[in-house]
Amino acid sequence: MSQPELNRAELEQSDFEPLVRDEAEAEKISGESTSYWQDAWRRFKKNKLALFGMGVIVFLGIMSFLGGPISGYDYYTNDYMVTNKAPSLEHWFGTDPLGRDIFARTWYGAKISLFIGIMAALIDVIIGVIWGAIAGYFGGRTDEIMMRIADILYSVPYLLVVILLMVILPQGLWTLILAMTFTGWINMARIVRGQVMQLRSEEYVLAARTLGANSNRIMFRHLVPNTLGPILVTLTLTIPNAIFTEAFLSYLGLGVQAPLASWGTMTSEAISALQYYPFQLFFPAFFICLTMLAFNVIGDGMRDALDPKARK
Amino acid sequence: MKKVLEVKDLNVFFDTYKAEVQAVRGVSFDLHEKETLAIVGESGSGKSVTSQSIMKLIPMPPGKFAGGSIKFNGEELIDKSERQMEDIRGKEISMIFQDPMTSLNPTMTVGKQIAESLIKHQNMSKAQARKRGLELLELVGIPNPEARIDQYPHEYSGGMRQRGMIAIALACNPKVLIADEPTTALDVTIQAQILDLMRDLQDKVNTSIILITHDLGVVANAAHRVAVMYGGKIIETGTVDEIFYNPTHPYTWGLLGSMPDLEGDSDEELQAIPGTPPDLADPPKGCPFAARCPYAMKVCENHMPDYFELSDTQKSACWLLDERSPKVEPPESAKVGGSKRDEQ
Amino acid sequence: MGRYLIQRFGSMVVSLFFIVTITFILMQLAPGGPFASEKKIPPEIEQQMNEKYGLNDPLHIQYFNYLKDVAQWDFGPSFKYTGQSVNDIINRSFEYSLLLGLESIFLALSIGVFLGVIAALRHNTSVDYTAMVIAVLGISVPNFILAAALQYFFAMKLGVLPVARFDSFLHTILPAVALATTPMAFIARLMRSSMLDVLNSDYIKTAKAKGLNERVVTYRHALRNAIMPVVSYLGPLVVAILTGSFVIEEIFDIPGLGAEFVNSVTNRDYTVIMGTTVFFSALLLVSILLVDLLYTLIDPRIKFGKEGGKS
Repeated sequence: MSQPELNRAELEQSDFEPLVRDEAEAEKISGESTSYWQDAWRRFKKNKLALFGMGVIVFLGIMSFLGGPISGYDYYTNDYMVTNKAPSLEHWFGTDPLGRDIFARTWYGAKISLFIGIMAALIDVIIGVIWGAIAGYFGGRTDEIMMRIADILYSVPYLLVVILLMVILPQGLWTLILAMTFTGWINMARIVRGQVMQLRSEEYVLAARTLGANSNRIMFRHLVPNTLGPILVTLTLTIPNAIFTEAFLSYLGLGVQAPLASWGTMTSEAISALQYYPFQLFFPAFFICLTMLAFNVIGDGMRDALDPKARK
Repeated sequence: MKKVLEVKDLNVFFDTYKAEVQAVRGVSFDLHEKETLAIVGESGSGKSVTSQSIMKLIPMPPGKFAGGSIKFNGEELIDKSERQMEDIRGKEISMIFQDPMTSLNPTMTVGKQIAESLIKHQNMSKAQARKRGLELLELVGIPNPEARIDQYPHEYSGGMRQRGMIAIALACNPKVLIADEPTTALDVTIQAQILDLMRDLQDKVNTSIILITHDLGVVANAAHRVAVMYGGKIIETGTVDEIFYNPTHPYTWGLLGSMPDLEGDSDEELQAIPGTPPDLADPPKGCPFAARCPYAMKVCENHMPDYFELSDTQKSACWLLDERSPKVEPPESAKVGGSKRDEQ
Repeated sequence: MGRYLIQRFGSMVVSLFFIVTITFILMQLAPGGPFASEKKIPPEIEQQMNEKYGLNDPLHIQYFNYLKDVAQWDFGPSFKYTGQSVNDIINRSFEYSLLLGLESIFLALSIGVFLGVIAALRHNTSVDYTAMVIAVLGISVPNFILAAALQYFFAMKLGVLPVARFDSFLHTILPAVALATTPMAFIARLMRSSMLDVLNSDYIKTAKAKGLNERVVTYRHALRNAIMPVVSYLGPLVVAILTGSFVIEEIFDIPGLGAEFVNSVTNRDYTVIMGTTVFFSALLLVSILLVDLLYTLIDPRIKFGKEGGKS
């Protein structure tokens, strides 16, 4: 931009004295400097959709505990006097074919679905991070064998594996989670391995090694924190997947068993009576979609916020 | 000599999510017929933005022209529509990019990529374009063009790809060729070949060249005139001799000092310029180099100097040239040794 | 080319061998499984099983018998239905699933690519935002819920399309849409980000610097390069359609292989479970091979599994 016209004659002799400045000044980086995580958080906060997702998850989390008590009903008591009632002041979300209060069941289902989703995703992360970090860090033979095992497990479609496992396992909450994590961790292991392989050749790891830090220390103090970004994003995007898988299995009758209720079992029961009582489907279906949407937008928001390429 | 291109007070800004980045701030220069003008500066100095603005290849938004003019053969380019620009790009003005590994389409044969602009601008048939393509490959020194024309870029080496790029750029005998760091990504031996090739072709097809580079070695070899850019401004301009033997701006001194001198005294050390370039989202009020300049005065912080005309061809924007400022001699490191003189 | 195909075929056989073995072991572990000693099945079937696999033989003999039959594409008798073989079941139901699957793949690809491309071309405009909202919704709505909702609105309420069965093209629309939506949304996002990358690449600048107009740049230069990640997504796409068919065929009462599989799971019809699992895996391996071959046709840098160049 051109400066306002300056008449050179107007300058004073004193203007031509050497500029006195702090020596350190010249080396200082111009522009605001922020740490990676601060910067990421600032960008995340600008993402309205992601913040909305956070709000939804917090709300669902609270309601999964308070929902039952608020309604004054529990999720398992049958009441044959009020079967299949449409939403009313008595039963805010109506009742199901056994006269159970759908509002209470929805929030109980939230607890189960969120628990399964988060638990399965966390176990995936733990196994995946350990597996991937070891394979990526040691490389060579170890890496080859570990990743070959992962590849073979991965070549069978995920849902097919889970279904087959549920056929032979006794049905229950934990066996469901076990079946879901049986091959679920592979994706995470691959991501972590890739990150670790890329990072381990970088200078600060070399520096740490030269300073005599041992392998464990390097792996968990230096490498894992730097792969935290991709891990967080994958974790967030695994949760909706797990919630979907649970609902899918429950729909096939392989998931959570009565008297436990999850959004999946509620959906499954409601679909058979869809023509007559669509509201029974609406509530669990709406909350499954809302939860998956919330986790998806949070995950997208985190990816955008953590991606250094977007820093331009 | 006739002026092919006149750039006056060009300003190009970018809207980023943080702030408006003033990438180019009042840049003016002329390009004459058959001349090579080198624009020199470190990354972020605005040299690539300037060159891409001439082709109007800056994506808008986020980029925008914030004043100034670009005249090609007397015609204002800034006012031209996209459609009108299409007739200029590749035909009148063309461009070579830095990295030949990424600047050719990987899924199209080199021959087809050359043919495209011939078919577009010279109404050639496919067969004619192919014939001309073979000539062009021959011209840029690609051996066995008959076989090479149907190959994909990945079957070419880096140097050959850059030759291919030059063939594409010169296909329609453009008046102006903009070469944006054409040798940076290449091996040193290949660099020299590519520069030689460009100089040869300039004689053959009468093209004016704008050579964007950060490497003064390249400038000494290939250019007639030099414009030194810093912080979005041209801070010194002159003929190659003037810039190398009578530099007046401390930033130019710094650039010369950071250039390795193969035949110089062995005890001469390479001088890095301390500090980092200014943040153009919040450009300094005065001279952009003041914060890093070892000779900075109070005036430098507050006022951007006008150009001091040192000769018909050399201009410099530095307050040291004012008679009231203390006399400063360029540092030893900025004095160009015998080797560079010989190259002229 | 020939050698590459043989090599690929070899590794396919190895993978299938592992899958057959794993399914065999899993079914072995199943309570009341086909090869377990105590079971409650009709005597005719028990006799048939006995003839075929020698149920009193040691386990490894049974395994080898099963393996030998599978190698000859014989999956044995149904465990639940007298007089039916697993091959019968696959043969009669697969054509429905194949039709539905191909229609869904076509929908997912065409709409997904279209949405992704226009979103990238109109980056950061309302068109982009709308396309991406559609995509994120598509990813967030489970296919069986979408299926139920479509069925309710279009068939039960509006009555414009049939509720269920698989008798005409009209019958296929709702299930195909339900099956295609989630992969379509993935493809749209993939295509958009790949297209944005390509549009920012140097060779697109080169093409523009030649004076080509935007349409030519987009279609001749950008699209072909940007579609590569979508081609690599074809494998997962087949998986998504395949596993999606389990619920969709159930909801729309389509007598396809997915529904048969779910049925066999509910009935604990172990031989059918095994047979269909192996069949699905084989199908998947073949489609992945086809995708790889397709890739070599589109990308000149890849020649039959080997990287031809860098970049």
